[in-house]
Amino acid sequence: MSQPSVPSSGKDGGLRVPSNGKTIYHRPLNRTKTAEISQASFAYLFGEMVTYAQRRVKGVQELEQRLNVQGHAIGLKLLDLLLHREPPRSQHRPTNILALLHFIRTSLWTHLFARAADRLEKSADPENPDDYMIIDNEPLVNAFISVPKDMSSLNCAAFVAGIVEGVCDGADFPGKVTAHSVPEGEMWPGKTVFLIKFRSEVVEREAYLGKS
Amino acid sequence: MSYYFAIVGTQDAPLFEYEFGTSKQGHDGLSRFSDQVRHLNQFILHSSLDIAEEVQWAHGSMYLKCIDKFFDNYISCFVTGANVKFLLLHHPLNNTGGSGSRSSTAIGANPTSPATEEAIKLFFQEVYENWVKAVMSPFYQNNMEVKSPVFRQRVAAAGRKYL
Repeated sequence: MSQPSVPSSGKDGGLRVPSNGKTIYHRPLNRTKTAEISQASFAYLFGEMVTYAQRRVKGVQELEQRLNVQGHAIGLKLLDLLLHREPPRSQHRPTNILALLHFIRTSLWTHLFARAADRLEKSADPENPDDYMIIDNEPLVNAFISVPKDMSSLNCAAFVAGIVEGVCDGADFPGKVTAHSVPEGEMWPGKTVFLIKFRSEVVEREAYLGKS
Repeated sequence: MSYYFAIVGTQDAPLFEYEFGTSKQGHDGLSRFSDQVRHLNQFILHSSLDIAEEVQWAHGSMYLKCIDKFFDNYISCFVTGANVKFLLLHHPLNNTGGSGSRSSTAIGANPTSPATEEAIKLFFQEVYENWVKAVMSPFYQNNMEVKSPVFRQRVAAAGRKYL
């Protein structure tokens, strides 16, 4: 993709500057740190995003894939923004899987949903010992979504999975992140597990770095 | 002291480059690379990427300090969260005799001294802030070249301020 075409204003090489002369570089990054948006407007917007993703898709899997892609770019951007907002002393890039997951569970989740994710687990399955799970008992994005019966395997938190995947990719821990509904009785009917499967080279590097 | 600064994306392609000189002690902020070595800067800078990718896993700091040296060219590196690398090549002026004691206190006269490290750190941090702003733009996609003249001005200002 090339740069978005902007009507040339002549002076600044085609860059159009707002009338007050303030560009994105003049705005502080931390002003909106504690700002919150209304959940109703988010729900409306997210509903539109799901509708948009649903156009011309053949099945649930493709729909989830599209939601994932929508989130991916956000994850990449948030990683740098959140690291930038850390106080200088704790401004560390995650260099191992645990640090990365901890960053996602606390910093990312707190930024997005104003609370940490409920649990972090490592797969107990001996066949996939290197899978990790982030568990959210009631994902905010699904608050007003009821899934039709014929699409029962759909979980719109695939969007959040995309954000998580973006963060992992950005930090150079490439992998696949998927969202799965795992209802837990009456208590948490919307419980969602974000399954993180890192690529083999990530696991390999982790083992190598752990030794030295 | 002459500087060559480049931002290198995750696919090892340069996203931004800027050449400048020191503005401290009455210097004019213009680089003093001779025509014979100027074209080598990019080679030297990019050849240090391998080292940067090794050092970045040793600890989680973003600022990796001075990671490489090629004759009189020193490379300092800063890695952002999304693994974009800021590389700064600094080339100390050849001391042309005379005011030896005075020039030794100048930033960059001794490229590995703590004062120089600190100055470069502040420079990188200011660039990083502007980089995050550039990246946060919804029109910016990963590994896209940054062409904004405002960003360039900001980097130039940071260079004037600290280096």
